[in-house]
Amino acid sequence: MSIEYDRLTIYEASSLLRSGEISAVELTRACLERIRQVEPRVHALVTVTEEMALSQAQKADRLIAAGDADPLTGIPALIKDNICTRGVRTTCSSKMLENFVPPYDATVVERLGQRGAVIVGKTNMDEFAMGSSTENSALFVTNNPWDLSRVPGGSSGGSAAAVAAGEAFYALGSDTGGSIRQPAGFCNVTGLKPTYGRVSRYGLVAFASSLDQIGPLTRDVTDCALVLSAIAGYDTRDSTSIPYPTPDYPSCLVADISGLTIGVPKEYFVQGMQAEVEQAVRAAISKLEELGAKVEWEVSLPHTPYALAAYYIIAPSEASANLARYDGVKYGFSYRDAGSMWEAMEKTRQHGFGPEVKRRIMLGTYALSAGYYDAWYVKAQKVRTLLRQEFDQAFARFDALVTPTSPSVPFKIGEKTDDPLQMYLSDVFTIPVNIAGLPAISIPAGFAAGLPAVAKAKAGLPIGMQLIGKPFAEDTLLKIAHAYQQATDWHKKRPEV
Amino acid sequence: MKLTREEVLHIARLARLGLTDAEVDRLREQLSNILENFEILQQVDTAGVPPTSHTVAIKNVMRPDEVADSLPPEQVLANAPQRDGDYFRIQAVLE
Repeated sequence: MSIEYDRLTIYEASSLLRSGEISAVELTRACLERIRQVEPRVHALVTVTEEMALSQAQKADRLIAAGDADPLTGIPALIKDNICTRGVRTTCSSKMLENFVPPYDATVVERLGQRGAVIVGKTNMDEFAMGSSTENSALFVTNNPWDLSRVPGGSSGGSAAAVAAGEAFYALGSDTGGSIRQPAGFCNVTGLKPTYGRVSRYGLVAFASSLDQIGPLTRDVTDCALVLSAIAGYDTRDSTSIPYPTPDYPSCLVADISGLTIGVPKEYFVQGMQAEVEQAVRAAISKLEELGAKVEWEVSLPHTPYALAAYYIIAPSEASANLARYDGVKYGFSYRDAGSMWEAMEKTRQHGFGPEVKRRIMLGTYALSAGYYDAWYVKAQKVRTLLRQEFDQAFARFDALVTPTSPSVPFKIGEKTDDPLQMYLSDVFTIPVNIAGLPAISIPAGFAAGLPAVAKAKAGLPIGMQLIGKPFAEDTLLKIAHAYQQATDWHKKRPEV
Repeated sequence: MKLTREEVLHIARLARLGLTDAEVDRLREQLSNILENFEILQQVDTAGVPPTSHTVAIKNVMRPDEVADSLPPEQVLANAPQRDGDYFRIQAVLE
């Protein structure tokens, strides 16, 4: 075939579908073929749903023929494996749920289905979304398509790697402390974490319920706007989703950002971050200035250095409560050779959970236990209040804040697995956003090519820029990010895999 | 501040998490190190600051109490490790 389908955006593929140049079934077959080609090297997918995808594609072709097509109709997509898909196993990349087949669809999956989406598979992740590299998957490690010896980021590493490698046009991920944005930055794709409450969490396997959000990973901002419009909105089955109307995000994408105010918080340009990341992001901010934004280069958010500690108390505390449900009784792995019910439960959890999950359950249980609750958990929640107040004050003056997505380019597989704290630090710029419940997007902002260590990656290694917005102001973020992509080509670069 | 072995075992018991001896030793080191680093939280002046459990100011979301369809028993029990008729089967709670 002359068209390289794996390089198209949703919009481009959608116009080919509607003009009849290709059918949804052909597009889906091309996508499945691409998966067969690159999966032996990338390892991004836990499950490929070929049969279901082809039947959804046939349905999409009928919708297109009837003139009832939406831009997402017939477009192959991937779903992170902690988002429930009816009849398709949803493992959370954990031994605990290796054979779990949900009896219902998550709301986001249902909404994509209503638009005639084609689901081609489920993506690998850090076990229960706990991690920053996808190395915590109990199933296998995913490789970064830009350099197979490096991590794709995490926890939505499979989603980011697959979109970068052209295994689908977009993917859904989840973001509790950076799990969409950090892998998006590491794989040179666009990734958005919506405001807490914007997207229903019904059917998302719970990790930290006050922080989790589902969002899209796409090849550009226009596609991101499109997918967000499809999945956002109030849902009676998630009482924390907010009954605000969903804007038509694609129509918000005017490339004029003159007059918008952008702040650059100095606490996000810290000692120890890679020089090339800092240079690339500063250059990208200058580009925004050139495009007409009013940039203030020295903003201060003084509580930022405490966000990481607050997060790693709050998130594990919530996780320890949420993961109490894995007792081997109703679903999931169950240890059978125990002498008593309690022993069965302890052994089920001992053998079903991997090391990082155990670490976080222990940390959270400690922080919630008698005698430590006030000193750790409540203290962290008070710091959370201060972090949010500080953002609110900044947003009285700015339409958006801009930072690097991560302090470094993708690191080597195995580089940080022995040191949990070092791994936690790779989320240092994304975590404050979840603590405050804000929306944020990561977009490609350049490549690091100068480091001798990256010589293997011919094109260099991707660098992400993060834009943080006011609550429910995803439209502003998309607008700024779109203006940047209209003026730059970073997001159009694809890895050779 | 280093956690004792007994403290680690106490937390594991609260979490109903079985651990090998090697895991207890490793977690003792790692959790102590993590908590030591997180001591910086104590530097923050939080006098008079209320805690935030949720970033969206909503509470007590109500809905009408109406009867609606729920999952049929076959689907509810489809993933059960052990079932007995329409029940989940577990080991005896009281011996």
